Amino acid sequence: MRYLPLTDTDRSAMLATIGASSIDDLFVDVPEIARLDGPIHGLPLHASEMAVERHMAALASRNIAAGSVPFFIGCGAYKHHVPASVDHIIQRGEFLTAYTPYQPEIAQGTLQVMFEFQTQVARLLGTDVANASMYDGSTACWEAIGMARRITRRGKAILSGGLHPHYVSVARTMAKYTGDVLDTGLPALDADTDIAALIAKIDGDTSCVVVQYPDILGRIADLTALADACHANKALLVAVVTEPVALGAIKSPGEMDADIVVGEGQSIGVGLQFGGPYVGLFGCKEKYVRQMPGRLCGETLDAEGKRGFVLTLSTREQHIRREKATSNICTSSVLCALAFSVHMTLLGEAGLRKLADLNHIGAAAAADRLAEVDGVEVVNDSFFNEFTLKLSKESRGVVRALADKQILAGVSLGRLYPGAADLANGLVVAVTETTTEEDVEALAEALEEALA
Amino acid sequence: MTTLNPAGWRPEMTPERRAKAATHSGNKALMLEEPLIFEIGSTETTGVDLAEPPAGKPRLGNLERTATIGLPGLAEPETVRHYTRLSRQNYAIDLGVFPLGSCTMKHNPRLNEKMARLPGFADVHPLQPVDTVQGALAVIQELAVWLIELTGMYGVAMSPKAGAHGELCGILCIKAALEARGEGHRKVILVPESAHGTNPATAAFAGYSVEDIPATADGRVDLAALKARLGPDVAAVMITNPNTCGLFERDMRAISDAVHAVGGYVYCDGANFNAIVGRVRPGDLGIDAMHINLHKTFSTPHGGGGPGSGPVVLSEALSPYGPLPFVAKQADGHFQLVEEETVGEDHPHSFGRMVAFHGQMGMFTRALTYILSHGADGLRQVAEDAVLNANYVLRSLDKTMTAPFGEAGPCMHEALFSDANLAEGFTTIDVAKGLIDEGYHPMTVYFPLVVHGAMLVEPTETESKAGLDAFIDALRSVVERAKAGDHSLKSAPHYAPRSRLDETLAARKPVLVWKEPEAAQAAE
Repeated sequence: MRYLPLTDTDRSAMLATIGASSIDDLFVDVPEIARLDGPIHGLPLHASEMAVERHMAALASRNIAAGSVPFFIGCGAYKHHVPASVDHIIQRGEFLTAYTPYQPEIAQGTLQVMFEFQTQVARLLGTDVANASMYDGSTACWEAIGMARRITRRGKAILSGGLHPHYVSVARTMAKYTGDVLDTGLPALDADTDIAALIAKIDGDTSCVVVQYPDILGRIADLTALADACHANKALLVAVVTEPVALGAIKSPGEMDADIVVGEGQSIGVGLQFGGPYVGLFGCKEKYVRQMPGRLCGETLDAEGKRGFVLTLSTREQHIRREKATSNICTSSVLCALAFSVHMTLLGEAGLRKLADLNHIGAAAAADRLAEVDGVEVVNDSFFNEFTLKLSKESRGVVRALADKQILAGVSLGRLYPGAADLANGLVVAVTETTTEEDVEALAEALEEALA
Repeated sequence: MTTLNPAGWRPEMTPERRAKAATHSGNKALMLEEPLIFEIGSTETTGVDLAEPPAGKPRLGNLERTATIGLPGLAEPETVRHYTRLSRQNYAIDLGVFPLGSCTMKHNPRLNEKMARLPGFADVHPLQPVDTVQGALAVIQELAVWLIELTGMYGVAMSPKAGAHGELCGILCIKAALEARGEGHRKVILVPESAHGTNPATAAFAGYSVEDIPATADGRVDLAALKARLGPDVAAVMITNPNTCGLFERDMRAISDAVHAVGGYVYCDGANFNAIVGRVRPGDLGIDAMHINLHKTFSTPHGGGGPGSGPVVLSEALSPYGPLPFVAKQADGHFQLVEEETVGEDHPHSFGRMVAFHGQMGMFTRALTYILSHGADGLRQVAEDAVLNANYVLRSLDKTMTAPFGEAGPCMHEALFSDANLAEGFTTIDVAKGLIDEGYHPMTVYFPLVVHGAMLVEPTETESKAGLDAFIDALRSVVERAKAGDHSLKSAPHYAPRSRLDETLAARKPVLVWKEPEAAQAAE
């Protein structure tokens, strides 16, 4: 077996050193009833690289790759171009095959990347500080709600109807076990966000208001008044960003005084990968840092006075605090954070802003073109690279019909909100720098046909 | 100002440092200092060529971002060089033995990486229509089948994002099952003292109070004490097997039976499954739920601290409560995705969703590639060689070092030592830092907590005998120095890119983001 260096000669010699007569002697503590003497049911014997590659390639060929068709799906994960050097760097063994940097003297590479990542993320989100990443946007969102509970010592969170329904589901699952009360709602299929309604709901029991920016339908709302209303009631504003490229074009939630800003970092440097691994972004105001979950890297000095980096404030974490930790989280998503950081470094501010413009202007042109289609109405007044169409019929069937023609048209709200009749005709369409005019034309024509 | 810090950063060269460094730059040949991107980049520089955006009227709701963000850019050659230079300050499996106990730092096959990057896997959106992702669902289903077969369990929840997330999934299944039985009043979870910190943290998160289970003198759960504590208030026990002392819990079946007899469930922390894969099926030991760290047993890369992946295998009793979404194979071979919309009557007891999408697909392709590469024979050999290598380390060093459970018999995949026979004033940290100078990553230190100054060595099956011999010699020599009171160890490492770092300073005055020198000074 190509991954196992020991030879039979080695094994015999080692058993002799140990003083065991056979390998079974080393498994003597396993009770007889649990010993598995036969092979694993159905699992073939070891296979060559070539054979495994053939099997996996056959499976891969049964998927339609986003890059091979006109593609408009977003809603929490976005198709962007990732520069070749990003993947090259994350495949360097020194990053790929390193462990959590518990021995900082020989892990400065990972630690400095974490420190740079934290700074990039904090600046992008407009927060004072950021951590070294979470599992993904949805778990980061849940952790933010828990953090707001610890800070305010209140247990009622108000979730905007514009928050990704899967994020709401995750929060709802977790809230069952922590006793948090969640006030949730559905989005309305029109141009206005629910900011005013959220403000009206805030009271003395509110721990936080959670609002997505841009929201699930792609709408962009000014969060300033909402932040003020939260603070007037000593509640926190949690903003969720599922498309970080947007923050190259629109004000950051931090600039509008959000207390905690979380996000899904997948758009920058990390591919679609059918949903994971992704990278959760998590930033907050400095005064709340000790209630933050997840890994943090901090600057310090070594014994010779040289600058260096270490994991810090670990007294918040499970391996020290055990049942009193701020979270049970043990890993972060460091390799994806590296990909994010490399891509962001390649872009730089100038590149990020240009990328954001390309996305926005492309999306605006697509919205105009699709609005010309009979039976299509563009719901949004404002959007970044994603907007919602109201079709003249249920969008689920339309999405399926277009998929049969090799056009991946977007996300039907019928899939995201099963049973919500008011939303059934909604279709969320994402347009990025990878979308061509021909793609938009193909979508427009196919919609024309499907809605006729 | 487009350059964020025009002065750039140079290592601070005190006269003593300069004398020691003996170079003008602070570099030492291949050991290269590297500034932060904020010190070398500028907001105008970019390493990406993008088309000029066409003119158009923005519809951003009058929320254009006008203020400078402060994100430095580098051209591609500078970017590649920056990260390559940083990478060389890391130790990694690709460089040598990485014997971190409980972490399983085995070789990461590059075929796994190649397969995960096939466009059919890497470039697929989680919300694509299911007819367009049948291959992705097939991967999840195929991996699920092998995980079930390898563990002898009934079902598996694939979506948890990491080991600790898997623990949470298992405990939430247990809680849901208890509530369905009308026994939500059970409020205690028993956890051995040697457990990973995530176990009590997870139990506490789910609203349980955590009580310790004592250990016997031979490093295992004290069955009599456990039985004495069991009762109608106990929801579950969480047991790591093989445990964090590197020992198999001989009484596991009896523990499970006793817990079941009082109506509780058995959660197994599967972090150490690599020691028994192909030789022992946890399902045969009465386990109800166990997470599997794909980044340990099934070789997906650790990546400097994630992403991991933590599917949870479940008993028949717990399977109905597993999370959404999951993949179901229909009679015609078509794969269906069961999520909120389709859950219907088939899975009404699910405790709900844990993550936005389907879990760590990129890790599933890697783990499946690993399983198929090894096959039934190879996986069994994995466990055997891992255990053989660990026992070889144990017996090669147990005369030099103190092995607290060495007398009790063989270990599993990791060998545990204490700091008992080091010279006065010397402790585990000194051995660890001495090992760094010898060119090795240290073993896990000060864990498990039940052994004083614990040193937990897990060589894994992907080390050769010659490689292990060299490592053993190096560790022995460092321990001999610590026993002899060699004070040069107290200031080790001497040859790493950094000497010992001041963690107290970092925590007392946290600097978590870079600030321009003027801003940093103003904040003082």
